[in-house]
Amino acid sequence: MRNILAMTQRELASFFYSPIAYVVLFAFTLMVGLLFVFLTENFTPGGEASLRDTFTWLPLLLCVTVPVLTMRLMSEEYRSGTIETLMTAPISDAEVVVSKFLGAFLVYAAMLGFTLFYVILLAIYGNPDYGLLCGSYFGLLLIGAMFVAIGLFFSSITRNQIIAALLGAFFLLLITILASILVQSTEVSGMLRTVLLMVSVWDRFHHFNRGLVDLNNLVFFVGGTAFFLFLAVKVVESRRWR
Amino acid sequence: MIQVKNLSKWYGPVKAVDDVSFRIREGEIVGFLGPNGAGKTTTLRILTCFMPASSGSASVAGHDVFTESMQVREKIGYLPESVPLYPEMRVREYLNFRAKIRGIGSADRPAAIERVTRRCRVTEFIDRPIGQLSRGMKQRVGLSETLIHDPKALILDEPTVGLDPAQIRETRNLIRELAKSHTVILSSHILPEVEATCERIIVIAAGQIVAKGSPSELKERITSSSRLIAEIRGPADAIKAAVGGLNGVGKVDGSLVDGWNHLIIEAQSGQDVREDIYNMASKNGWALREIRREVASLEDFFVQITAQQNIEREGQSPT
Repeated sequence: MRNILAMTQRELASFFYSPIAYVVLFAFTLMVGLLFVFLTENFTPGGEASLRDTFTWLPLLLCVTVPVLTMRLMSEEYRSGTIETLMTAPISDAEVVVSKFLGAFLVYAAMLGFTLFYVILLAIYGNPDYGLLCGSYFGLLLIGAMFVAIGLFFSSITRNQIIAALLGAFFLLLITILASILVQSTEVSGMLRTVLLMVSVWDRFHHFNRGLVDLNNLVFFVGGTAFFLFLAVKVVESRRWR
Repeated sequence: MIQVKNLSKWYGPVKAVDDVSFRIREGEIVGFLGPNGAGKTTTLRILTCFMPASSGSASVAGHDVFTESMQVREKIGYLPESVPLYPEMRVREYLNFRAKIRGIGSADRPAAIERVTRRCRVTEFIDRPIGQLSRGMKQRVGLSETLIHDPKALILDEPTVGLDPAQIRETRNLIRELAKSHTVILSSHILPEVEATCERIIVIAAGQIVAKGSPSELKERITSSSRLIAEIRGPADAIKAAVGGLNGVGKVDGSLVDGWNHLIIEAQSGQDVREDIYNMASKNGWALREIRREVASLEDFFVQITAQQNIEREGQSPT
């Protein structure tokens, strides 16, 4: 437990030494800002005080930003050789993976925290439905957790950060957007259709965005996070045997 | 303290470590000597629990490296050859982080850091980011990290590679000092270093142990075939025949070097025939201007024995 704490602290500090985190935070905040201003009618007199329309597009944005955030997590350790000092220290591979996950997730949460600025704006000029907002944020946190776990997994399978980011982004786009798009076509049927319906992150997020906190969705995201973390631990462990 | 029995490691079809066995007692300082690719790093990585062996067993301080991995890791300090550090962290932060991971409580950490930084002379740059340090400084940081939890054994992979001669000497002295209170294994392909620092040497080549012993023991194995060099003026064939006829002389090779016969004489073990050569030369009236004994060095031993091993291994490799 204290190992996880120590490593998570190191990860957090390390994030902010590299320019990547700042660039990602800046880009993300900028894009959300643009979405807020141009794509919605929420911040106009008489409009509904809600971030729903803004948030609708977030999962798409996250498919690209989260893998960039997580790409160096394991890949950098492999590249620089520090994985050797980590694996010969009295810390288990699972502790390493969990710490990396927590570090990245906290950075993600901070990134999300910047959007609270818009909540404040809404509160000053209107009367937002806080319950709805809570649902949306909860959904975003869950999605973020699973996306970070997926990004971490792809980082653990390669020394190359770019590959980790690309694979992560492709996979996330597949389950988030492509799934919803494919489901709309009548060509897709049977087993494939069932799987895509179950997996589609965007559709699931719509529920959260409407303030619906569904056990079904909760289990999906928590389970997904746990699954990919488990995979990442196994990949890291397997490196010893090569 | 450290016991290795029939250790083998395959990397796919290549056998990097081939049935290696040795013991290291507590407090010893042992050098692992061998050419590049001999299997030194692989053996050390197995000892430090970085990777498991393909077969055989190893134990450190009574704990098996495979089944009691965590306990082994707590008791050793390991410095890999590449000295991997986090360039974005400052030295103090890094040492603090490693101390936490090794279970040193917040009350004891400052003292531990103070102790190791003083010992390894890292205090001058303790607040600088590691990315700004030179290779020698990084090596000292790496070394101080291995000591932070006061381990029973230190395992150092090529600790002086890439350092300048002054730094090499410093590191050597430091290691010798550390050996007084820790068991030390260091690996190297630099002979003089191993000779100067270690009490015992294990020579490994092509995955197998080819020799074990103290530096003087190993040298003794080769002085048995020492050579004499002599320079005598006179008729070449007669001289060669006369020298060759002396008791205790093996092969005689000669060449003419500005009027003098430069002779390379192989003497049989233990026999000092220098006096006989002098007597023979003066009896025949041949001038003798140089006579000296060439003691084979550890380097000859090393080259010979490792070359042999490499040839053997090449003969075995699957084609």
